[in-house]
Amino acid sequence: MSATPARPGSEAIAEKGWLAAHKWLILRRVSQVGILLLFLVGPWFKLWIVKGNLNYSYTLDFLPLADPYLLLQSLLAGQAPERLALIGVAIVLALYLLVGGRSYCAWVCPVNLVTDAANWLRARLGLKGGAHLSRATRYWVLGMTLLAAALAGTLVWEMVNPVSMLHRGLFFGLGFAWAVILAVFLFDLFVMRHGWCGHLCPVGAFYSLIGKLALTRIKLPRRDACNDCMDCFAVCPEQQVIRPALKGIDGAPPVILDANCTNCGRCIDVCSKQVFVIGSRFGK
Amino acid sequence: MDNDTKSRGSARRQFLADTARMACGVGLLGLGLGLYARHATALPPAAIRPPGALPESEFAGACIRCGMCVRDCPYDILHLAKPEEPMSTGTPYFVARQAPCEMCEDIPCVKACPTGALDHALTDINKSRMGLAVLVDQETCLNFLGLRCDICYRVCPVIDKAITLEPQNNARTGKHTLFIPVVHSDACTGCGKCEKACPTEIAAIKVFPLYMAKGQLSAHYRLGWVEKEKAGGSLVAPDVEHQYNLPEGMKYEHGKGLSVSPSGDGAPGAAPGLPKALQGDRL
Repeated sequence: MSATPARPGSEAIAEKGWLAAHKWLILRRVSQVGILLLFLVGPWFKLWIVKGNLNYSYTLDFLPLADPYLLLQSLLAGQAPERLALIGVAIVLALYLLVGGRSYCAWVCPVNLVTDAANWLRARLGLKGGAHLSRATRYWVLGMTLLAAALAGTLVWEMVNPVSMLHRGLFFGLGFAWAVILAVFLFDLFVMRHGWCGHLCPVGAFYSLIGKLALTRIKLPRRDACNDCMDCFAVCPEQQVIRPALKGIDGAPPVILDANCTNCGRCIDVCSKQVFVIGSRFGK
Repeated sequence: MDNDTKSRGSARRQFLADTARMACGVGLLGLGLGLYARHATALPPAAIRPPGALPESEFAGACIRCGMCVRDCPYDILHLAKPEEPMSTGTPYFVARQAPCEMCEDIPCVKACPTGALDHALTDINKSRMGLAVLVDQETCLNFLGLRCDICYRVCPVIDKAITLEPQNNARTGKHTLFIPVVHSDACTGCGKCEKACPTEIAAIKVFPLYMAKGQLSAHYRLGWVEKEKAGGSLVAPDVEHQYNLPEGMKYEHGKGLSVSPSGDGAPGAAPGLPKALQGDRL
């Protein structure tokens, strides 16, 4: 071991090569940027593959997709959606039941690019510590947004939601939404590590509820090979999800069943012992 | 054992403290958001919702801010509200003076809406009520000044129904007619073409959201002439006919004055309209 601790994943790069040690990260960025581009070619080149935004979109005048969290708020506010939105909600629910609830956060949500950048910079600057908040706070925020929608009869959270504000802003005009996004960035950079996505965001909290039952999971078929290098902990945005499955706490099976695993796959990248694979919750 | 209980007790205290902190923090956030949301429930006067939009209080709960109406508007008149604008973030509106609604017959914006925010029951664009035109400034309206501008009247898609020109005496010249544009709320869709077309520096006729533009009579008000027509006759006891005490053979009619009753036996050649006493050569 060298005197200064190596960056997490350096062992994996030495073992597997740079590309294999960044495979899931690259795939994830391709997915995030690709989805943004699909929405952007419309307003940029008048090439309408997808219309709308993450709240509701219509692809090729054929495929409706709707955010179940938002439609739930609307329902609580006393308003019923039309047929296409209902089909859209069903498709989205089915999709995330298949690929993992919080895959939305890691693979689709545009704010993840912002908070990942903040986290990267935080590590680079060697910033430590900061405020403490329970990771369960997001469920309180989730409950509050639903209650507020029901009481006010309007989509209260949508007035400040950075997720839809950024995504909508990129295609319909950002306005002062940049300030909200900057606030999220600075919060994650200086105030709390993984503060927004990991502690506060009710959108992620909602998708984690779908994630409780989701099929696609990170599995640890070779957890015995773990050499406790802690690289997976260092890169994981939801560190608490790894330990039970990795250490077999209370006889836990070698599969990450925690609803808040985002299936980002970064642990697979940085593990030089190839402990992690992606698979289904069933079987070995 | 004792230590264990103690640590469990402190863990419980920690848990309760954490929970209280979260509940209070999130509650404060919710309170702030709720107050903020209340401020944005009324639409600013220059912002007009697309056709078929629900009343503002319901619209903010039904609209999911997806922008499909914006995308499917063939004339690109719609915008989504930005966070700094004084209405619910991400909801659609247009500004009539910049670009009014072109009133497409197939109403693509309503068809594109995935919720009931734009009412899908609206199939006739002439029945939409996006707002209501109001001739706000009689001091600068060219027709009020005596000119035959008539532009608002001419550009109105519901011409002769939503805006009519009502002739009035021009008291300034004493011999000309003013053609006063009058908006009729039973036909005006609030498309905003009149506001867009008004040639003055600042429009004299403007479209406002209905809640601002439309008055309402108290529920107990009855219009006598309407009630009379409905009932097929006067609802109050008819007036007693006025009795005139006139010399024989005379009658009096309002507007005509005195006249000799046709049954009267006035002397031949006598001038009509003169009492018997004044006729002949006795004077």
